[in-house]
Amino acid sequence: MSVDTSAAVRSHEENWQPVLELAVEEVFEIMLGCRVRPTSKAEHQAGGEFTAMVGLAGALCGVLSVCCDAQTASRLARRMLGDIVESEEQVSDALGEICNMVAGNFKNKLAGMDGRCMLSVPTVISGGEYEFRSLTDGDTLDVCVLFEGAPVAVQLALHG
Amino acid sequence: MMRKIVERSLRQAGIDLEKVVEAANGAEALGALRENKVDLILCDINMPVMDGLEFVRQIGTVANAKGVPIVMITTEGSESHVVQALSAGARGYIRKPFTPDQVKEHVVPVLGKKL
Repeated sequence: MSVDTSAAVRSHEENWQPVLELAVEEVFEIMLGCRVRPTSKAEHQAGGEFTAMVGLAGALCGVLSVCCDAQTASRLARRMLGDIVESEEQVSDALGEICNMVAGNFKNKLAGMDGRCMLSVPTVISGGEYEFRSLTDGDTLDVCVLFEGAPVAVQLALHG
Repeated sequence: MMRKIVERSLRQAGIDLEKVVEAANGAEALGALRENKVDLILCDINMPVMDGLEFVRQIGTVANAKGVPIVMITTEGSESHVVQALSAGARGYIRKPFTPDQVKEHVVPVLGKKL
């Protein structure tokens, strides 16, 4: 008998949705000093001017992304670093770091992942005219939170 | 970005920073250590070019860095990463996300009298 232990199946069986929500909440609270709660993605569509991505490889395979509009990305960066944030590069760095911490915090909360899942260095896309699509074929977990009233969308797209 | 946040956390924790030398990856950090004498090394694990574990393993080749305490600050929270980092020579391990208090808690003991 074979047992399917793919990430997509495990995400269903172990219900990873609340784990991802907690990972997001903790990063916002600890690093940004801001309490956030998951909200409806349908009601709050995050603008896509900034998208940060971190790849996951190994026992857990996929892409974690954090997406928001430019003004929100700038406010996130200022919340992390204060008024020294001046350039778009610093804003990208901040969003990439948030994405990196959410991905790390999430995988650290999963049982049995000890050292078997690696994270890539973050990549950040900025601009108005692009579409972000991960070529994953498994489950997708979505968390949308409001940061100072603006939506920030976190998505974990898993390989099957 | 993270380097600035760590610097701010150290200052918030009351640690006096006379000079901060930054590097974007392990290879750059080895070069910076050849040029500068420091009291403390803070580094991530996930870095381009040369990761933090390799950097810590190679640090013994830099005369300036001998005996300088190393504290890892990283999203890699698994026991195996902690063991690898400590085996390679790190003296402390801080998981992201972190608070300034956590930075203080791990950095102050390794700095000892230099604080």
